[in-house]
Amino acid sequence: TFRQICTTTAVQRKNVGASGPEKYTEAFIKKQIEEFNLGKRHLANMMGEDPETFTQEDIDRAIAYLFPSGLFDEQARPMMKHPNEIFPEQRKIQWGEDGRPFHFLFYTGKQSYYSLMHETYEKLLNVQKHQDQLIAQDLPLQKEKRNLAGNRWLTKIELEEMLLEKVSDDDYSRFIQLLQKLVALPCANIEEKYIQKFSKEVPVQLQKVVIEPLQYDERGVAFSTGEGKRKTARATVVVYDNGTGKTTVNGIDILHYFPVLQDREQLLFPFQFLGRIGKHDMVCTVSGGGRSAQAGAIRLASAKALRSFVTEKEVEFMRQAGLLTVDPRVKERKKPGQEGPRRKFTWKKR
Amino acid sequence: QLDHGCALHAAARDGLSSVSSRDVLAERPRAVFHTSESDPAKHTEQHEGRLYNIPLEEVKAVFPHGLPHRFQQQIQTFNEARLMVRKPALELLACLKGSNFAHPAVRYVIYGERGTGKTMTLCHVVHYCSRQGWLVLHIPDAHLWVKNCKELLQSSYNKDRLDQPLQASAWLKNFKTSNERFLQEIKTQKKYMWGKRESTEEGRPLREVVEQGLARVRSASDAVGVVLRELKQQSHRGSFRLLVAVDGVNALWGRTALSKEDKSPVSPEELTLVHNLRKMVMNDWSGGAIVTTLSQTGSLFKPSSAYTPQELLGKEGFDALDPFVPIPVPNYSPREFESCYGYYLERKWLQHEKAHTEDGKAELRFLSGSNPRQLERLAGPL
Repeated sequence: TFRQICTTTAVQRKNVGASGPEKYTEAFIKKQIEEFNLGKRHLANMMGEDPETFTQEDIDRAIAYLFPSGLFDEQARPMMKHPNEIFPEQRKIQWGEDGRPFHFLFYTGKQSYYSLMHETYEKLLNVQKHQDQLIAQDLPLQKEKRNLAGNRWLTKIELEEMLLEKVSDDDYSRFIQLLQKLVALPCANIEEKYIQKFSKEVPVQLQKVVIEPLQYDERGVAFSTGEGKRKTARATVVVYDNGTGKTTVNGIDILHYFPVLQDREQLLFPFQFLGRIGKHDMVCTVSGGGRSAQAGAIRLASAKALRSFVTEKEVEFMRQAGLLTVDPRVKERKKPGQEGPRRKFTWKKR
Repeated sequence: QLDHGCALHAAARDGLSSVSSRDVLAERPRAVFHTSESDPAKHTEQHEGRLYNIPLEEVKAVFPHGLPHRFQQQIQTFNEARLMVRKPALELLACLKGSNFAHPAVRYVIYGERGTGKTMTLCHVVHYCSRQGWLVLHIPDAHLWVKNCKELLQSSYNKDRLDQPLQASAWLKNFKTSNERFLQEIKTQKKYMWGKRESTEEGRPLREVVEQGLARVRSASDAVGVVLRELKQQSHRGSFRLLVAVDGVNALWGRTALSKEDKSPVSPEELTLVHNLRKMVMNDWSGGAIVTTLSQTGSLFKPSSAYTPQELLGKEGFDALDPFVPIPVPNYSPREFESCYGYYLERKWLQHEKAHTEDGKAELRFLSGSNPRQLERLAGPL
């Protein structure tokens, strides 16, 4: 069993509905829905738009316009959404008027989990039966493999949301093992639709980023631009080909602009990594930040510019080396009641 | 020629494992980066970018106080003094060789950015002149005379001026070591009174003046003044050539960091040493040359990006030194960089395994920006 340490904030929201008895009655939710629709029409009237064709995006824009907020957390700002999205899904009452539960597995405690396991095992048996039939008929087994690389299974929290009840780590791992067993069988293509309910696509990182082609200036020398930032410094860099390794920052030679060796080493790093130290000329403009921040910004910008000169594999190496990632560290905010972001006031006994 | 050297160098690296062939192989790459020509008089463009050796005894005799501190440390480490022959020095030497000594002394100002080798060029010229038999008046750093002075005495000669006994006596000592034989030959032309009792007669060798200055520290600055005046007057006659080599000449016209007892600042004219030196640097005498360097490192109250004569000398200094021959000293050219790198490699100064590779060389070149001082500082911890 493994535990996810860092999850996105969206996933961290606890599934309130599964934890206890009903907090919101059905009638209450229906009333909320009616109120929401009425409110939507009122809002459309206020904004002067057509109430019939007022979409959720329009609602969001209108609310952001009417109640501007400077808060950083998107979920802390005022919002108006359909009650189904705000009030989490809940389990309806599981037993009837006579006290008899509807589901046959109610007394196991985890009825939806066990029913899911039963279903999945049923599918497994189905596939095995189909396989036996094919072997009996001496027909070749279908061997179309699914694309395993780009998919991942549902996370535990996503499974919890689907089943509306808590799932322990052990149960989750058993379920995943069962699914993997199912997928491993050659004739699993029959149950493809069922399996797809539990798998998600993982987009490959690199596909999103577009590498610009090289540009050529009047002299015929190839060059490319890149932009980078670090803390508060912003830098733009133009990297020319067929150079001698001369670097200019804001019109000043790097020896004069960065007297400290550490900053020059930062500038050197992308070129050293690719082995192209003396081959390119660089002209940079940088503003903001301090000495180290400017050096980091120029480093990022030059790495981005060098992407156009280099093969895709090397771009992947650069990305893994951390040359192409924006450093997210910024100055932490000072909190009230403390002297700094972490430092508390001197504690006096009396 | 350089490829030949590089190939040999690679062979030297590979062959280092076998001890027997080491001596043979190590000799040949030397030839590319070094010259056996240790007389600066014979240095031509052919020798440009190469390092030549100065025997250690000569170093002690000629440069008791002239070399930069780090270079002295390097001499101690490598047990030899190697100076690189560079273009500005060659230009200067050519000018000196072709100059007519009947004319007033020509002034040369060596300038350049920090750490590009101005002091080393000056030392090269000084070495040449001492080999040629000139009398060398070498002031290692004029900035030392305008700052950090513990004792300031009021001059007995001129009530307005202030004396610096310590600096003057230190300089006299070094001057004595560098120009022994001249001090015997040159005779004074006037009678000088040191205070009420001591005096030096006319016609006595200059050495007595120097010794007087060393013995009576109070009158050391006056002794310096006397020496300078005598040399200036006598160089006309042509019995010897005089080279005035001043490092950090911009100290003579800036501000000083000293202050009088009543905390008022001292201007340079009020210091005897500076006053006399200014008279030397004037080109109203003939029979020699004046070679000076501008230095930002020791200069006071000047921004660190200033390196041109105008900025560092100020208006006063510029007018005083005008006309002069400016000699800019740039950073290392690629060839010079190669030879310096090869020298460090050969002396096993670069111990890091990556330093031996081409990539390491490119890194060093990028990080130092081909600046000699930066390269030297970088190579230190490697």
